[in-house]
Amino acid sequence: MIHQYKLGSYNIVLDVCSGAVHAVDEVAYEIIALFENHSRETVVERVGQMFAGREDITAEDINECYEQVRSLKDAGKLFAPDTFEPMAGKLKEKTAGVVKALCLHVAHTCNLNCSYCFASQGKYHGDRAVMSFEVGKQALDFLVANSGSRKNLEVDFFGGEPLMNFQVVKDLVAYARSIEKQHNKNFRFTLTTNGVLVDDDVIEFANRECSNVVLSLDGRKEIHDRYRVDYAGKGSWDKIVPKFQKFVEARQGKEYYMRGTFTHANPDFLKDIQQMLDLGFTELSMEPVVSAPGDPGALTEEDLPIVLNQYEKLAELMLQRRKEGRPFTFYHYMIDLTGGPCIYKRISGCGSGTEYMAVTPWGDLYPCHQFVGEEAFKLGNIWEGVTNPNVQAQFAACNVYAHPECRDCWARLYCSGGCAANAYHSTGSVTGVYEYGCKLFRKRMECAIMVAVDKALGE
Amino acid sequence: MEHIKTIETRNLCDSAKNGGCGECQTSCQSACKTSCGIANQKCESTKESK
Repeated sequence: MIHQYKLGSYNIVLDVCSGAVHAVDEVAYEIIALFENHSRETVVERVGQMFAGREDITAEDINECYEQVRSLKDAGKLFAPDTFEPMAGKLKEKTAGVVKALCLHVAHTCNLNCSYCFASQGKYHGDRAVMSFEVGKQALDFLVANSGSRKNLEVDFFGGEPLMNFQVVKDLVAYARSIEKQHNKNFRFTLTTNGVLVDDDVIEFANRECSNVVLSLDGRKEIHDRYRVDYAGKGSWDKIVPKFQKFVEARQGKEYYMRGTFTHANPDFLKDIQQMLDLGFTELSMEPVVSAPGDPGALTEEDLPIVLNQYEKLAELMLQRRKEGRPFTFYHYMIDLTGGPCIYKRISGCGSGTEYMAVTPWGDLYPCHQFVGEEAFKLGNIWEGVTNPNVQAQFAACNVYAHPECRDCWARLYCSGGCAANAYHSTGSVTGVYEYGCKLFRKRMECAIMVAVDKALGE
Repeated sequence: MEHIKTIETRNLCDSAKNGGCGECQTSCQSACKTSCGIANQKCESTKESK
């Protein structure tokens, strides 16, 4: 399978199964489109007709180009077949029972009252709660005990707002550091925060201990303050922006992301990206809101063409700023064409419910943070482990080939079948497909590959 | 005349040979938390031939 598209000044051909990416001229673009379904004579004749008025394109050019396409096919870099399906469950089979990442819900409470929050203001449709040190310690012990030979263990401090339980966060990190060497493990901590409680102590701690911090900022003040308000209804932009600027400056190059959410209120989210850049932030992420259909903030069909256009404009802005020596990163356009994930990772699904789990403040395990509060998806708890194997089996069976719709999609090796929570919430099944999200994802991958092509050719 | 410029990429078919080690980052554990993308992750295999 191939996918070909035109974006920016490039004609791009992606060979889906080999992962090869080609920047081609207009003749090659047309030849490739016809190549698999027509004889050489037909291809040459039709392409000749397409460029009949062009003196710079001769029959010799077209024949020569045809040969180049055929060579690439022979080399397995065009029209490579999908031979991966038998491997789809292998990685999960091999690593069955191994847990390598936990999302620790250290605080099911929040000091902001954002109506678009998928976690219902941090409460996850339940009661407010904070995780005790004892529960957190048991979660870390559970992780170490179930991580097999896996060295790198990931723990995200999440909420709600995790800094509302900062002492426990600090104590858990200290505990993890005290046990990692003896178990030959390396903990990687991340922290996701709304910024309200960020202070010097938090900054110093996070810069010492957290490999990544995710800082929630929606961009323009009026956009941010529309949803991200305190319990008195007051916007949080003025309060958090200076804190985030100080935080990021102090990270001295360590990883961080400014993470925004865009909704029906700002499908023109590039203005929010621009605002983040104007504030001095360069590592950016902007996510479409996850909300129930009919929610006033939910993205609509009318928003879709606007959002798709914004993604293209964002890619153009990245190229422009790179040329100007002012590059920035957009999380979804980071694509490592030479060192990215292997095919096993690409077809295995996201790992929720198997290698990745979320832990509630009281120690229950769920397949991921987005399933917390959905009682039917409770996997077990950190003392007894997985006690509901039927739920885990659903997630173990989740891979790119488990989604019938994905078989014909060129982007399937970039999303791995997509987000199980999005699939469940939009279709009622974890092996369903959240088609709206797929449309956005495909556009993001087209843009990401174009940005990568521009960079590669520029070098 | 060069009609096609092939960008250097990891050959996904070749990457099947070593069976996958699973050391790479969990998909949702970084910046997004609300969608699934694996293309932006790094391979963390320590094998010389990945």
